[in-house]
Amino acid sequence: MSELQSLQERIRAAAAATQPLRIRGGGSKDFYGRALAGELLDVSALSGITHCEPTELVISARAGTPLAVLERELSAHDQMLGFEPPRFEGRATIGGAVASGLSGPRRAYCGAVRDFVLGVEMLDGRGQLLRFGGKVIKNVAGFDVSRLMAGSLGTLGLLTEITVKTVPRPRAECTLRFEMDQERALESMARWATRALPLSATAWHDGALYVRLSGADAAVRVGREVLGGEVISDAEQFWDSIREQRLPFFAAAQELWRVSLPSHSPELPIPGPAMIEWGGSLRWLPGPQDSGTLRELAARFGGHATLYRARVNPPEGTFQPLLPAMLLLHKRLKAVFDPQGILNRGRIYPAL
Amino acid sequence: MAFVNDVIDRLRCVLSAGALLASTEELKPYECDALTLYRQLPLAVALPADEAEVAAVLRACAQARVPVIARGAGTGLSGGATPRPDAVVMSLARLNRIISIDPLARTARVQPGVRNLAISEAAAPHGLYYAPDPSSQIACTIGGNVAENSGGVHCLKYGLTVHNLLALRVVSIEGEVLEIGSHALDAPGYDLLALLTGSEGLLAVVSEVTVRLIPRPQCARVVLAVFDSLAAAGQAVADVIAAGIVPAGLEMMDRSTIAAVEPFVHAGYPLDAEAVLLCECDGTAHEVEEEILRVEAVLSRAGARECRVSRDEAQRLRFWAGRKAAFPAMGAISPDYYCMDGSIPRQRLASVLQAIREMEGKYGLRCSNVFHAGDGNLHPLILFDSSIADEVARAEAFGGEILELCVREGGSITGEHGVGLEKINHMCVQFGSAELEAFHAVKSAFDPHGLLNPGKAVPTLHRCAEFGRLHVRGGNVPHPELPRF
Repeated sequence: MSELQSLQERIRAAAAATQPLRIRGGGSKDFYGRALAGELLDVSALSGITHCEPTELVISARAGTPLAVLERELSAHDQMLGFEPPRFEGRATIGGAVASGLSGPRRAYCGAVRDFVLGVEMLDGRGQLLRFGGKVIKNVAGFDVSRLMAGSLGTLGLLTEITVKTVPRPRAECTLRFEMDQERALESMARWATRALPLSATAWHDGALYVRLSGADAAVRVGREVLGGEVISDAEQFWDSIREQRLPFFAAAQELWRVSLPSHSPELPIPGPAMIEWGGSLRWLPGPQDSGTLRELAARFGGHATLYRARVNPPEGTFQPLLPAMLLLHKRLKAVFDPQGILNRGRIYPAL
Repeated sequence: MAFVNDVIDRLRCVLSAGALLASTEELKPYECDALTLYRQLPLAVALPADEAEVAAVLRACAQARVPVIARGAGTGLSGGATPRPDAVVMSLARLNRIISIDPLARTARVQPGVRNLAISEAAAPHGLYYAPDPSSQIACTIGGNVAENSGGVHCLKYGLTVHNLLALRVVSIEGEVLEIGSHALDAPGYDLLALLTGSEGLLAVVSEVTVRLIPRPQCARVVLAVFDSLAAAGQAVADVIAAGIVPAGLEMMDRSTIAAVEPFVHAGYPLDAEAVLLCECDGTAHEVEEEILRVEAVLSRAGARECRVSRDEAQRLRFWAGRKAAFPAMGAISPDYYCMDGSIPRQRLASVLQAIREMEGKYGLRCSNVFHAGDGNLHPLILFDSSIADEVARAEAFGGEILELCVREGGSITGEHGVGLEKINHMCVQFGSAELEAFHAVKSAFDPHGLLNPGKAVPTLHRCAEFGRLHVRGGNVPHPELPRF
């Protein structure tokens, strides 16, 4: 029996017995979302690149394929994953990257995981094998279920194979550092983003703003001249430490809040250190924080707050609660793909 | 009939005077969208003026179990807004206000009836624009773009509608307003923004759209490359992408298209060429210069016999003129044509174009190819004459075989026009019954009684048989004022 078939059998049996399953690839994001009961459904053996065509800027791989394997293959063709997902010590898989929907430093300028997903093959909660999307850039046939899967944390189905769009590796890259306070950094990031500059990442931390430029040689050179600042030498390491959350800021935090806001929202009136990414759209705060206050504040600016890393099943919930009408719709969608409610039940919200 | 009058009375109550059309004369303009092959008068046309009226119309129809078909400008090519005799067409045209433009956040909040191009015009003073540019952009509405996940010439570099949206307000069939997505870069819960984009009016009605704006590139130039073989041109497209170049646009025209358009526009396309590629590069002046050099090198290596680079804006527009005039030009050389819209992996371009050429012999009909080559999005135009008895049937069979070939080659039956009514049967070629059932279940999750645009986009399992096309009679392209490319 193939690995796929045995996973399919497991899901069928679990559905018949209404036995909850918890899906796990490399286990690099066990901390994310609410912890689960249920039997382990290990996807790590479902591994390997199934299709790679450099002229298409497309790669397909089984869900348990480590990101490192994909990135090695892409790098041989001078390509990369445009959404720069965290690899978490090499344990992260493409399935987990898509299911978690977590994107890296490039997100604000190049797109999120879901923007790069072209197609998925998945097992729903009945054990049916379904294929949505495909391997082509333009495809508007049927509802876009493959993008819906990005960020659904395995609650709608077990991803078995994923096709993503890749991007050419930029020909030139350079990171500039500017000493400035948070308020000025927020203002600068917003202003620079309105100009035709090849921005590919921004971060503010500890009194300095970092700006990465990527693209054609000429574009990066001109961007440097326009912006000024100081060129940093260990740029790749620096952005990796943000992508992988290895900066001391992340490690020191007992709890970690991820606050997603409209980019030009002002500095949050919360004392203590902060780390900003995505042109101001992503604000990391160490915990503990009062969740009610923080979520209300985020909502007031038009955003939301996630308790990204916390103790097991925090009473305040990992994700900002949904309004009743939205929650109802979510429950109905859950029932479409997982009528028995066996897949990663409760990972996002108790009701899903 | 009593219930029909009930609905009409109720709609009159919730709408302002003159906003409910019910006489045959008033309904006539709504009998079709740009897929004019299908014509049908609806029960009534509702013209709500704001979100509250949209909700009221939906509530009234839901209570009476009357289907509702949302409509923007009616420029869609797949029959997504084709009426039914038992349905109310709800035009969103009066919700045409640009609510706000925030230059620092680079966003525009607009009502669904705002025209695509009007957003870029309003953003222009800030040096910003809205990137997706379907060929009908002077007329099509942003609400319709969301419903169809519209593309355009520049989506190779700048993405489809789904990549350029931040948030929607939508109204459910029950009349409940939902906020989807957010002005941040993500939102809690499932990505309903992605699911709703391209859902062809089957899940909810869009009442407000927040789009992402981007800085307008400082300059754009285009390379016109001439090829003596279709296969070489197809391979050249794959080579450009493989070289790590993502041009702003990469379009192809074959010999018969060139022959049809050149007398029209005098763009300077060589009449003896088998194919012409147009490759546009945009960005800063330096960036463009660098990219143009690389593009020229790749195209020459791929066998281009000649590469011309636009010197100035006037020449750039002239190079594009033929591409943009291709559809009307076809109307002039053939009594009828079908426009297909399939997508394939780029590396299959050469072989698929060759296969289409062979099909010309098989069906005894000509087919011109003019399309978004960089995206692998084909628009084969099958030329025929419907006054000749069996040509319609032959053209239909020809088109069907092309779409099936697209699916077989790993592509899709629609790259950007949507399924609507036109391709509903071809959905059965691309998807299995389990996926189609999942689509129906998703629809039921939003619309339990199946009242939003029923019968479109997703076929019932028992209707996987016939085929339909964009049918252009006597060169009368629907919305002839619009360029189609």
